[in-house]
Amino acid sequence: MGILEVKDVGKRFGGLQALGDVNLSVAENSVHAIIGPNGAGKSTLLNCLVGKLIPDTGSVMFDGQSVLGRSPHEINQMGISRVFQTPEIFGDLSVMENMMIPCFASRDGSFRLHALENMMNEKDIVEKAEAMLEDMNMIDKRHMHADSMSRGDKRRMEIGMCLAQEPRLLLLDEPTAGMARADTNNTIDLLKQISDERDITIAIIEHDMHVVFSLAQRITVLAQGTPLVEDTPENIKGHPKVREAYLGETQVA
Amino acid sequence: MLGLNKNDLTLLAIVAVLTLFAPFILNPFPADSAMAQFNAGYPDLMQRFIIFGIFAIGFNILFGLTGYLSFGHAAFLGVGSYAAVWMFKLLSYNVVPAIGLAIIVAGLFSVLIGYVSLRRSGIYFSILTLAFAQMSFALAYSVLSNPKFNLTNGETGLQVYKNDPQIFHGENMQDFPHFFGIYMNSTHTMNFGAWSFDFNAGYYLCAIVMILAFYLSIRIFRSPFGMMLRAIKSNQTRMSYTGLNPRPHTLAAFVISGMYAGLAGGLMAAMDPLAGAERMQWTASGEVVLMTILGGTGTLIGPVLGAGFIKYFENIFSKINDTILHQWFAFLPDGIEDFVVFIIHPFIGKGWHLTLGILFMLVVVFLPGGLVEGGQRLGKWIKSRGKSDDSSATTEPAE
Ligand SMILES: Nc1ncnc2c1ncn2[C@@H]1O[C@H](COP(=O)(O)OP(=O)(O)O)[C@@H](O)[C@H]1O
Ligand SMILES: [Mg+2]
Repeated sequence: MGILEVKDVGKRFGGLQALGDVNLSVAENSVHAIIGPNGAGKSTLLNCLVGKLIPDTGSVMFDGQSVLGRSPHEINQMGISRVFQTPEIFGDLSVMENMMIPCFASRDGSFRLHALENMMNEKDIVEKAEAMLEDMNMIDKRHMHADSMSRGDKRRMEIGMCLAQEPRLLLLDEPTAGMARADTNNTIDLLKQISDERDITIAIIEHDMHVVFSLAQRITVLAQGTPLVEDTPENIKGHPKVREAYLGETQVA
Repeated sequence: MLGLNKNDLTLLAIVAVLTLFAPFILNPFPADSAMAQFNAGYPDLMQRFIIFGIFAIGFNILFGLTGYLSFGHAAFLGVGSYAAVWMFKLLSYNVVPAIGLAIIVAGLFSVLIGYVSLRRSGIYFSILTLAFAQMSFALAYSVLSNPKFNLTNGETGLQVYKNDPQIFHGENMQDFPHFFGIYMNSTHTMNFGAWSFDFNAGYYLCAIVMILAFYLSIRIFRSPFGMMLRAIKSNQTRMSYTGLNPRPHTLAAFVISGMYAGLAGGLMAAMDPLAGAERMQWTASGEVVLMTILGGTGTLIGPVLGAGFIKYFENIFSKINDTILHQWFAFLPDGIEDFVVFIIHPFIGKGWHLTLGILFMLVVVFLPGGLVEGGQRLGKWIKSRGKSDDSSATTEPAE
């Protein structure tokens, strides 16, 4: 049994069958990639895992518990953190504040009225946030306005924010989309380091083959809402069906 | 000290000193001089500055931090006033239970309205709060005022009558709100040469309450909860996907600001034991929005400045009439004098709304951060001028 078990998940948007009978099992402490051409339903699948969408059919189990019908913050509190296709950060807040909020969320739960507590007394939170900024190599940016950072830094911070919660499953939706090669390589290194050093399962959606083959232990290929094959990177590379549905396309582009 | 950092402590100290010395500061002109009508240091107006300041401080906790724009906050102020007057009617003229109940009732009422309204955000939230406030106004104005069940006394307004129970009203007590025997309308006037200063008990009660309310708002702004509220304004998606539930956060902010409004309403009744439905009108709700934006949304001191600014205009500009204008411009030749008065006429007296509207537009267009931003820019400009005076010779050629 994997930490994440997706069974027969289907989702329709009007007349469009975005997902049809998706089965997926993500093993604990592995890096599992989901690839597929644009419009294959990758983001839709991810949205079904985090409570943004509710699938029409099927079940999604995380660590033996169903996530269906729970709201995003509840699913996050179960131990699933998500990185978005375009970084979702608290742009109006400082980098340090961005990092402190997830620390509060994992210590205090989804709501606590700490309206009269003093930030100066929250030493454990401050220390944890600073340690995470060190890990992300961003400690010198801690007083910066988050929105004024480069896209690469925002992505980095978003990943750090997710890690600060010590999630058991980290979901990433095309984390290197729109990034320059150097930034992409940095992100790959960062994710490698994360999966080596931490007890964490990573499920990553990716378009960029380079990223996928350098990171993943298992790859699921999704096409038109259904999984085509699931295998190791080596086998996927040579798979004729995959070449046809996906790799051929990227080589042209 | 007090759990505040140095800057916040300084700000609190400045606000405390300004409010406590307001009777002097607001009366800079000799009592019988031509400028005396610009004096704002009379008890009635000073109380209003403070009470609307409290209202706006609370409103800013919701609007400034979370970005949820309520158009119905006057309902809580009105409810607070009614609750306070009922305490006067039932118990006694002591203001403590009156203000206490005002806060509690406004808090409960805002749980109800907030719970429903916060299911939506943006413009829909604003419309919902507006609808609730207008419903409350209609209830207070007519529905809850009938011979069988008279909670609000309708058009006349709720007031204390001789045959009310007032079970704790002492034999020799006067018929006016008091704080354990200190009457709210008792004023000590100090004459100092041509100047005259009023020290009013009611004003000082309001002032002390406002300093406390301001202190509390600084604490909330700087607390982890305050940071969460700013996070909601910044990105609710990230908030939810970080395991935080935005709904109870916004509801808590809504209720806190509702209680501030209730406190303001209670104080209003304490200064003048009367509560009318017009206090809940949508125009009153709009006024606190203007105050907050004019002063500087999301800043600590902005709402207080905005409240003072608008109340000053409402009370001082509206009093200027043509006779006064003719006095001022008497030195001009007759034809020109008439012309100048004719030009200024639409902007004074009843036209103060026009002047305020123009000023509001100017502030929103040129100073999006309100009066606080204006102050900051002025400060920077003065600083940079001071600097460039002694370093201009070296810096300018380099550019
Ligand atoms: N909220 C939505 N409403 C309607 N159609 C949608 C919605 N989200 C995605 N789709 C459609 O579902 C299909 C799969 O989209 P998506 O999951 O975003 O693909 P991918 O992330 O693999 O590129 C696309 O055809 C897309 O247009
Ligand atoms: Mg996508």
